[in-house]
Amino acid sequence: MTSTGMTSTGMTSTGMTSTGTTGAPRALPRPRISPKTARKTRTTFLNASGLLVALLTLFPIFWMISTAFKPSQEIYSLTPHLLPAHPTLGNFSQVMSGQASGIGSFWLFFRNSLAVTLATVVLASLVSLLASVAVARFRFRFRASYLIMLLIVQMIPGQALIIALFLDFDRLGLLQNLGGLVLVYAAQALPVSIWMLRNFVATVPRELEEAAAIDGAGPMRIFWRIMFPLVAPGLVATSIFSFITAYNEFIVALTFLGQAHSDYTLPIYVTYFFGRGGAEWGPIMAASTLYTIPVVLFFLLVQRRMASGLVAGAVKG
Amino acid sequence: MVDTAQRQRRAPAARPAGHRRARVSVLVRRYRLAPYLLLLPSVAAIGLVLLWPVVQVALYSFQNYGLPQTTGAAPAQWIGLGNFRATFADPEFWLSLRITVLFALAAVTITLVTGTLVGLLLNALGRVMSVFVSTAALLAWATPPVSASVLFYWLFNPDGGLVDWALARMPHWLVGSTDWAGFNWTTTGALPAYTVATLLVVWQSFPFIAVTVLAGLKTVPAELHEAARVDGAGAWQGFWKVTYPLLKPIFLVLLLLSVIWDFNVFTQTYLLTGNLGNRDEYNLSLYLYDKAFTFPPSYGLSGALALILTIILLVVTVGYVRASVRQGALS
Repeated sequence: MTSTGMTSTGMTSTGMTSTGTTGAPRALPRPRISPKTARKTRTTFLNASGLLVALLTLFPIFWMISTAFKPSQEIYSLTPHLLPAHPTLGNFSQVMSGQASGIGSFWLFFRNSLAVTLATVVLASLVSLLASVAVARFRFRFRASYLIMLLIVQMIPGQALIIALFLDFDRLGLLQNLGGLVLVYAAQALPVSIWMLRNFVATVPRELEEAAAIDGAGPMRIFWRIMFPLVAPGLVATSIFSFITAYNEFIVALTFLGQAHSDYTLPIYVTYFFGRGGAEWGPIMAASTLYTIPVVLFFLLVQRRMASGLVAGAVKG
Repeated sequence: MVDTAQRQRRAPAARPAGHRRARVSVLVRRYRLAPYLLLLPSVAAIGLVLLWPVVQVALYSFQNYGLPQTTGAAPAQWIGLGNFRATFADPEFWLSLRITVLFALAAVTITLVTGTLVGLLLNALGRVMSVFVSTAALLAWATPPVSASVLFYWLFNPDGGLVDWALARMPHWLVGSTDWAGFNWTTTGALPAYTVATLLVVWQSFPFIAVTVLAGLKTVPAELHEAARVDGAGAWQGFWKVTYPLLKPIFLVLLLLSVIWDFNVFTQTYLLTGNLGNRDEYNLSLYLYDKAFTFPPSYGLSGALALILTIILLVVTVGYVRASVRQGALS
C-alpha cells in the first residue's frame, strides 16, 4: 500500500536513514527512503498489526454473543452469518425460564455463584489482612518459612488435593453445600492475597501508628482508623483476585456438588447442559454470555488496579 | 527489631476493660505473640484445606485405598510402592504424561512468544490504538475458563461450527486434503483435541504475558534503545541486546508460572475432550481425576498420580521460589 510512496520519495533522499528503517518490515532490498516516510510506514504497519491482534482476540467473544441471538435454524445453517439475520431473545428467555437446562432458572445459579463469591471475598480479605499485618509489621521466627510456604502452597495443583478434600468434606457433611465451597475457595485465595497485601501494609507509615498510640488509641482503634483506610486499595486488589478465583472455579465445584442441582454454581450450570449431548448451542451460548458479562464488566471497571496488582503479585513477588 | 507490640507498651493502659482481657494482652506482649495470633487463621485455613490434604494424598498413595476403605467396610492396607508400580506399568499413564509434556511445551512456547510480541506491540503503538488492543486482550483474559472452553468447543464443532466451515472452503494447498466439513476436532485423537486446547489456552493467557511484559518495558529507559539504535542495532538485535537482559527476571517468572499453569490444565481439557469421554485424550490431570471419580474409585492409584504430578511441579516451583527470593521478595 505504501510501496509507491516509498519509491517516489526514496530517490530524493540519500544516507541518514539508519535510524528510521529499523522498525519497518524488511521486504525487498529497496532504495533508501526518507525517515519521515519510514516512520509513516512503520506506524501503518504497527496499527495494522494492532488491529489484527484485536480483531482475532475479540472474534471468539463476538461469535459467542452473535450465536446467543440467533434462532436455531440460523445456528445450524450451512452458510453461517456473522450477525444474526433475525435476532431473537428466545435463547435468553429459555435460559431465564429454566426450560433450556431443565434444572432451574439462570437466576438461581447466579444467586448461588454470587453468594459463594462474596462470602469468599469477605473471608479471604479478613484473614489475609491479619496475616499480612503480621508479615509486614513484625519480625519473628518462621517469618521467612511462612512466606516460602505461601509460595509453594500456591503451586499445589487443585487436582492433587481434590481426592482428599472430597473424602474429608464428605465426612464433615460439607459436600453439596455452598459453605464447603467457600471454605476451599477462601483458603485457595489466601497465599496470593497475603503475598499481594503485605506490600500495601508495608507502605503505611509507622509514624502514623505511633502518633495514634501516643494519643492513647488502642491497637484495635489504630487498626480500624489508620491501617484499614490506607490499606483499602490493596484490599480492593486482593478482593478482585479472590472474586475471580471463586467465580471461575470449576474442579472443586464439579466434584463437590455432584447431583445437587439446586446448589450448582454458574460454571457447573453452564457445563451441565453443555454435557447433555445433542447440545443446543443457542441457549448454551446465551447462558455463557450471561455468565461471562459480570466478570468482564468487573475486569473493565478495575483493569488498572487489576493489572498492577497481578503484576505486583507475580513479578515483584 | 522494634515492633508495634513493644511500642504500644509505652502507651498508657487506656481501657480498664476487665481483668482477664488485660491479663491476656500482657501475655501477648510479654511473649510477643501478636504476629503468631495474626497468622493463626491463615495457617489454620491453609493447613487444613491445602497442606493436610497433600499429606493425606501422599498416605493414600501407599495404601490400597478404595471404596470399601472409605466406608469402613475393609481396612486400608499398606502396600508399599504397589500403586506406583501399577502406574508405571500402565501404558495409559505414559500416554497421558506424554500428552501433558508436549501440550505444556507447545502452549508455553506459543503463549510466551505471542504475549511478548503483543507486549512489544502495545509499547510501540499510539495511545488510542494501545488502549484498544489491550482492552481486547483484557476481554479474552477475563472470559471464565468454562465459558471459553464451551465457546471453543462450539467454534470447532463438526455440526455447524465455524472453523470446519471455513477450512472446508479453503484451497487444498493451504489446509491439506483432509475432509474438513464435519471434521471432529475433539474425538479424533489427541493431536486435534490438543490443537484446540492450545489455541484456547494461548488465547486466554497471552494477555497476562503481554501486560506484564509491557509493565516491564515501561521501566526500560528510552535512552538505552536510542543508544542501541545509534550503534546500528535493528529491532531484533535491540530486543536481545537491550530489552531481554533487562527484563530477564520477569521472563523467568513468567516462564515458570506458565509451565505450572499449562502443566496443570484441567478445566479446558476436561470440557474439550468431552467430560472424561476419550481415554486416549487424557492428560495427567484427567487421568488422575478419572482414577478417583469413575467407578470403582481407586484413591490409592489416584493419590500416587497426584504425588507424581505434585513432585514434578515442585521441581518447577523450587525454580520459581529461587527466582523470587533472588529478586528480594522476602524482604
